[in-house]
Amino acid sequence: MVVFMLLGVSIATALALKAFNENMMFFYSPTEIKAGKAPVEQDFRLGGLVVDGSVRREPNSLTVLFDLTDNNEVITVRYDKILPDLFREGQGIIARGQLNKEGVVIAIEVLAKHDENYMPPEVSDALAKSEGNKE
Amino acid sequence: MIPEIGHVALIIAFILAVIQALVPLVGAQIGKTRWVNMATPVARGHLFFIVLAYACLSYSFLVNDFSVRYVASTSNTALPLLYKISGVWGAHEGSLLLWALLLSSWTVVVSIFSKGIPKIMLARVISVMGMVSVGFISFMLFTSNPFVRLFPAPVDGRSLNPLLQDPGLAIHPPMLYMGYVGFSVAFAFSIAAMIDGKLDSAWARWVRPWTNIAWVFMTLGIALGSWWAYYELGWGGWWFWDPVENASLMPWLVGTALIHSLAVTEKRAAFKSWTVLLAIFAFSLSLLGTFLVRSGVLTSVHAFATDPARGVFILVFLIIVVGGSLLLYAWRAPSLRSVGQFSIVSRETGLLLNNVILATMAGTVLLGTLYPLVLDALGVGKISVGPPYFNQVMVWLAVPLYSLMGLGFFLRWKKDSVSRLSRKIVIPLSVSLVIAVLLPLLFAPEQSGLTFIGLISASWVALTALLWLLNSNTSPFKLPVSTWGAVIAHIGMAVTVTGITLTSVYSHEKDVRLAPGEFYEIGDYQFKLIGVKEVRRDNYIAYQGIVEASEAGQHLVFLHPEKRTYSQSSMPMTEAAIDAGLFRDLFVALGEPLGDESWSLRIYHKPFVRWIWLGALIMAFGGLLAAMDKRYRRYTKTHAEVAK
Repeated sequence: MVVFMLLGVSIATALALKAFNENMMFFYSPTEIKAGKAPVEQDFRLGGLVVDGSVRREPNSLTVLFDLTDNNEVITVRYDKILPDLFREGQGIIARGQLNKEGVVIAIEVLAKHDENYMPPEVSDALAKSEGNKE
Repeated sequence: MIPEIGHVALIIAFILAVIQALVPLVGAQIGKTRWVNMATPVARGHLFFIVLAYACLSYSFLVNDFSVRYVASTSNTALPLLYKISGVWGAHEGSLLLWALLLSSWTVVVSIFSKGIPKIMLARVISVMGMVSVGFISFMLFTSNPFVRLFPAPVDGRSLNPLLQDPGLAIHPPMLYMGYVGFSVAFAFSIAAMIDGKLDSAWARWVRPWTNIAWVFMTLGIALGSWWAYYELGWGGWWFWDPVENASLMPWLVGTALIHSLAVTEKRAAFKSWTVLLAIFAFSLSLLGTFLVRSGVLTSVHAFATDPARGVFILVFLIIVVGGSLLLYAWRAPSLRSVGQFSIVSRETGLLLNNVILATMAGTVLLGTLYPLVLDALGVGKISVGPPYFNQVMVWLAVPLYSLMGLGFFLRWKKDSVSRLSRKIVIPLSVSLVIAVLLPLLFAPEQSGLTFIGLISASWVALTALLWLLNSNTSPFKLPVSTWGAVIAHIGMAVTVTGITLTSVYSHEKDVRLAPGEFYEIGDYQFKLIGVKEVRRDNYIAYQGIVEASEAGQHLVFLHPEKRTYSQSSMPMTEAAIDAGLFRDLFVALGEPLGDESWSLRIYHKPFVRWIWLGALIMAFGGLLAAMDKRYRRYTKTHAEVAK
């Protein structure tokens, strides 16, 4: 009985850990992505400030392109769904997606936190880090 | 002046809480009746001063006293009355005060309705609840005082996030907190039983109704939160595996396990130490949930590095509660001997497995929620686990759980035989199979394995519950209320599972670009954008879209999704338009203008989405019935007579 239950729990744990590893996503700043640290053919998260004047729409579709920066490097992001309410140029945002061959991130989700003064912590960290790198 | 009265009331409540935590407990140990008798009056005084403090804070909100920092940061003059009242628990400090208020209310209610419980036991229970209160009030007094003044006082306060200005969300935290705090009763009874060294069926009967009620509030609270996210956030999802949501799901899962484990402890005098352990974890996870959501740890773990007082306090508090009770458990649990023997095929085994699965579910949610936070706090890296992790693990675990939910009803206590059981389950199993295969064929455009699994689980859970009710030897109407409660709660779960399955598999979600006059089709439904106009209301300006929804060419309804900009805030807000129905919701949200009069629109067709929350309501009703069983009151009466 006990053995049977232990076995069940360990199988469940093993499966859970496997799922955990498969779905774990790392966060990268534009500088790290440019340095080739981001994975290929695997989802990851990136964050940064939306570069002023970089938002451009393709005609007759929802597709939008914009640039993200950590004030050091710039990465272009492509997204074909509705942007969140708080998305705007100069704002810190987080995107989830994959890198394509041209070095553009194809985003499947774009998040802007629901607070007008709020900078996502990942983004402010990334900015601080790139500040440090420059010195 | 009023805020100072509130502050003083809080300090007096703190002193009373310390007395409540120590005197009755020590009195019970050294046999001083007078000390033991102090428990109830002190708890009432404690409640009085907490109510006073709470009233003072509410008053400051109502009269717009922005010299109180907490009021200035969460309210403003333009806020409607309802949100001034709910603004009290709108942020960290006030939520703690609400927690303390609910905790002392629960304590007093327990002292009123537990006349049949031996005085020593009750004194210990009230003491333990006093200890928890000491923790919360000192947290407020030392790190998060809601009555701190602000000099100079601002003319107007900061706005309450417009997203939170919603009746559903206004009552969501109190509901959830009623559940969190309610688990403190089971926790306190468990600690008291361990000190006492005795845990019998009567004990389980005292604890069961309280645990059920707490669970009912939690179920409602979680459902409300999910419903709010669905209609207010404008995303159309009903569960995001966000840490804020996970924080409430974990104690719910463990609480569900606790309810079932208590049943075994009452009926069969088994699982005693397991029950105690579950009570400890249900409450610890409630504490964790409160802190996770309201202390700011989720928005940034690094905020704690700059202001460590709160973080350190929370950690120490959790360590004392969890560590202290586990130490007590290690020391005393061996004395809580379970006498009921049972064989491998028995209802006890079924319930034990169900418990293990529920606990594993809570564990996987805990891992996915806390591990990224811990890594981040240690500076190792920023990771996150997405919904796929939770979905995969939950589906795997749910299948055996639902199988057991049905089996459990047919299993006999103590010993059963596989052959008897298999004869019993032939009918419900085959009917479920037929339903799971036929229903999608009739109604659904395409088949999927998930639909099959979901529907067979749901119909199996519902059918077994119903059959059990009908098959028992007595007429269903003569059965105890708690039996009905269990059956109804299981049916509620089946309804929720049906909703989750059908919504997940058959929802159509599409972001589209439409110019006035253009339309988009989902199946038989057509969504035509008539136009977008600007409307002005009291406290916001909005773009309002007019979308005509029609089904198979027949006009159904005009939907008016809005994109609002509130006057106190530059932040735009999406207000989705929903045509709700029992079998499907049509959901339209307005995106952004794309030039040449086109707009982006988010259009959803969500079959059976209402069933998710309907099921939760049914579950909560079942839990309420189970808690109201006469048996719990009758036994307390006989005990009262014995005590005389």
